[in-house]
Amino acid sequence: MTDDATPGEDRELAQNDGQRFDRLPATDADRTVEGRVSREAVLDYFADRFGIPPETFDDHSFWEKGAGKIWIYGGAAPTPIEIEAIGMTCLRTRQEHWKPTTDFAQRFGRHATDCVIDLDRDAARRFAAGEDQERDWDGDWGYLIAAHEVAGEREPLGVGLYVHGELRSMVPKGRQREL
Amino acid sequence: MEPLERYRPIVDDFEAFLAACRRPLGNAVRANTIKAPVDRTLDALAEDGVAYEQADWNPRVLRLETDSPGSTWSSFHGFTHGQEEVSAVPPVVLDPQPGERVWDCCAAPGGKATQMAALMDDRGTVVANDNNLGRISALRFNAERLGATSLAVTNADARNYSLDRFGFDAFDRTLVDAPCSCEGTIRKNPDALDNWSEGHVSSVAGIQKGIIRRAIQATREGGTVVYSTCTFAPEENEAVVQHALDEESCRVVDFDLGLEYSPGLTEWDEDTYDESLERAARIYPHQNDTGGFFVAKLEVTAP
Repeated sequence: MTDDATPGEDRELAQNDGQRFDRLPATDADRTVEGRVSREAVLDYFADRFGIPPETFDDHSFWEKGAGKIWIYGGAAPTPIEIEAIGMTCLRTRQEHWKPTTDFAQRFGRHATDCVIDLDRDAARRFAAGEDQERDWDGDWGYLIAAHEVAGEREPLGVGLYVHGELRSMVPKGRQREL
Repeated sequence: MEPLERYRPIVDDFEAFLAACRRPLGNAVRANTIKAPVDRTLDALAEDGVAYEQADWNPRVLRLETDSPGSTWSSFHGFTHGQEEVSAVPPVVLDPQPGERVWDCCAAPGGKATQMAALMDDRGTVVANDNNLGRISALRFNAERLGATSLAVTNADARNYSLDRFGFDAFDRTLVDAPCSCEGTIRKNPDALDNWSEGHVSSVAGIQKGIIRRAIQATREGGTVVYSTCTFAPEENEAVVQHALDEESCRVVDFDLGLEYSPGLTEWDEDTYDESLERAARIYPHQNDTGGFFVAKLEVTAP
């Protein structure tokens, strides 16, 4: 008897399946799907870009459905799994600059220490309405977490894109509000 | 209001009941503790300039004095979620604990499912299922806005629901907030009784019986199933629970609720129900100035 399955074939890259959720591999070395990011890479991104400590996510798993749509989940589930949603969408990878979601920023943005832009009430109002606005920022360009003060504490509003002296609101249409 | 006449024999102070059903309902929201503690939400509402009254029976239920509860910073941040006061009752009766596996088998649009996730400190597994794909987008939208990460969404018929996809074989608790004839929502939706008929009541009762049976089967021995509807019809309430008692291994148990309510019925028309059905709660609109609701709590017993 010969065994046709070799370790090399085991490691062959599988395809991404847009119909199901797959848990992210722990590290890039554990990757079995081409282009899929690892949990480690996601935690590094949140830590490097926003200063969110990796242990913030100790009780959460990360999943991919489709190419680069990453979800964060705190419950129990086997991988892969074909359901409608698992936790919440948190990040878009597989594009030049990774982009967190508004809902993720609102839920976990309070742990951020870097790349948070503090807005006064009027600027926050325009941001929530989806408006872009001119303003100065001496930090990195790219995706930021916009925040303002609510009931005595900093509260994240969502994700903004800062380029060329302009803060663009990334708040999705359905989440925009006239306040 | 004609369909409600059949309840004259069972409702105390029936005229007050009818009068309440004719009055529109105020705006209530639930404080979502996944996003902020209740105290901070109250401060945020005060900053918004919105006056509120905190419900005695549940500090997380707030009656707001505003016509647009969605146009507040509290709402934008997901600190609050528009939810009718009585609609917050079933998750409180179910009493899910952090880390448990909980099934909300008719979950859209997700007010109760996210309330359960909050009661569990967003730790554990809340499987929010609905058979209607269209309503699932509303469920997903609400879950993400409220920051629930412990919630998994499925689209299936609860009557033959398979747990295979999750790799565990039973839930600790299940909420059956069943599709119903919605008589109790008349204050919110004046059209609620337009399509009322005995035929509709009887056909929806058949569906309810299928769902409650599957809910009990999918819940572990010693686990809890809460059955609720927003209707007064005994055919959809006590009769459905009686069917579960007859066909599955379970019993009706007591619960505490800081709201005024009437006990469940033990007879209706020609039918009699088990005495334990008195432990169920019938919440009428005139008792707490809310919508109407029925809630029964079941414990799953050994087969």
